[in-house]
Amino acid sequence: MNARLRLGLACLALPAAAALAAPLLSALLGLDPAEPDLFNRFAPPSAANPLGTDDLGRDVLLRLAYGARVSLAVGLATALAATLIGTAIGLFAAWAGGVADAVLMRVADALLALPALPLLVILAGLDPAVVGLPRGEPIADMIRIVAILAAFGWVGVARLARAQALSTLARDHVRAARALGVSEARLVLRHVLPALSGPVSVATALAVAGAVLAESTLSFLGLGIAPPAPSWGNMLAGAQEAVFEAPQAALWPGLCIMLAVAGATLVADGLRRG
Amino acid sequence: MIGLIASRLAQIGLTLAALSFAAFLLIGLMPGDPIALAIAGDPRLSAEDAARLRALHGLDTPILQRYLAWAASVLSGEFGHSRLFARPVAELLWPALGSTLLLLGVAVLLSAAFGLLLGALAAARPGARALVDATAILAASAPTFWIGILLIILFAVLLGWLPAGGQSEAGGLDAVRFLVLPVATLAIAGLASWARHAASALTEALSSPWIVTARARGASLRRVLWGHALPNAAPPLVTLAALDAGALVGGALVTETVFARPGMGKLLYDAVMGSDLNLALVALLLIGAVTMAATLSADLALRAIDPRLRDAP
Repeated sequence: MNARLRLGLACLALPAAAALAAPLLSALLGLDPAEPDLFNRFAPPSAANPLGTDDLGRDVLLRLAYGARVSLAVGLATALAATLIGTAIGLFAAWAGGVADAVLMRVADALLALPALPLLVILAGLDPAVVGLPRGEPIADMIRIVAILAAFGWVGVARLARAQALSTLARDHVRAARALGVSEARLVLRHVLPALSGPVSVATALAVAGAVLAESTLSFLGLGIAPPAPSWGNMLAGAQEAVFEAPQAALWPGLCIMLAVAGATLVADGLRRG
Repeated sequence: MIGLIASRLAQIGLTLAALSFAAFLLIGLMPGDPIALAIAGDPRLSAEDAARLRALHGLDTPILQRYLAWAASVLSGEFGHSRLFARPVAELLWPALGSTLLLLGVAVLLSAAFGLLLGALAAARPGARALVDATAILAASAPTFWIGILLIILFAVLLGWLPAGGQSEAGGLDAVRFLVLPVATLAIAGLASWARHAASALTEALSSPWIVTARARGASLRRVLWGHALPNAAPPLVTLAALDAGALVGGALVTETVFARPGMGKLLYDAVMGSDLNLALVALLLIGAVTMAATLSADLALRAIDPRLRDAP
């Protein structure tokens, strides 16, 4: 473990602990993260509300902790999905070669060449009911965002996986295994796949960072996790509306996003330097 | 060279065609076409009226046929009408594009200049390296909209020096006041990748034998850094500019939304929020075309400054 990896994991530990401890915190403070208290708007930090309250009088610390659950869950699920899809596509492209490889890599190039956020905004703006997802439920919002982000996130993983798989397929031990009559499926899964773990884990960590950032942006724009369910992004949307009344409200959710994204980026850096 | 440009242009055209078809299909599968919206807005319309309107506007034909008709009219320069703004789409697009290009152009120049300075600092003074690295990671991890909100709080709310958003009514010098915070937001968001890449490219150039020779013959660090290392570090930086075009356009969308600045990104966002899907689709295609054109011109600039690439296929 090098210094960057340790620092990155330390940055991620705080939001992770907050996400796990959210129900405990709720019981401890005797508050509900979604329950408005209009007589207690923008309260300053106190023993009852350690970080104060927001525009509807809800406890900021508690909403940050529940927001951590949403942001980290979306980040990890997106990275997991992007890694599975990307590894499968990269591995297949490298193994199949020829037309299949060329077509898949052209699709990947096109997705990289297009501006991601305008596309995400259009996709997130479409009605989820058409594909059978209920509207407005936090869990349905999360599934929708993960699906949209993973549809773009696989590209980075696939390119790294393909490059590594190509070099591994040309190595002597793989050629020897093939000459010995090992089946193609076993060859790819047993001898090539394990060699991908290095570059793929770097791409996964970067995908977590990208997904947390993208989810917060979409939620800020009102296209991601819908209030009253808390997410760091939609908390900032509320904070911007109250910027003249309570500028301090914009501080904490942004710091949380920055901490989580910097943590995942540092983990990726640390893994790359091995 | 001309063959290369032609093949890249063909690739861009193909990507835009595939994108428009996929988006058209997705939008077509959504419930609630413009006629359904009109019925929801006016209870006097009957089912027969709706059927008649659908036939009138060709909405009862198969989707492939509708796509081809739509593509033919867009290619002939007819972008249709925006339901949301009640104006022709073309009238909305060009002013918005100009506003966004101004915002992006100034922001890119600033972030490249300051990024190069930070990178040079890190390369020339190894002690400053850790500080520049940390700044770059933090700047890259901060969401663009949060940077915008923080700048609004500091300069519009607390100090009261600059407007919190919108666009100047007076024009001229007053318009510059409205441009400062959005440009600063985008420039800070883009600074990180410039600084990191400049630092690594300049560090590598500074350790090359010809630099060591120049230093040994008495050239100053300043002269070696800007006169010898920078031209050699330029190709990777231009490549970065090409790769960053998409992220930059995304940053412009967020920035324009935060500062309520009428530009391409805000236009697309408003169109999506107001379910004006024709406007959203045309705006998306224009944004995609501009992004890919920017990438292509950066690639061509790369060939112009790096003679080693000129003969490459």
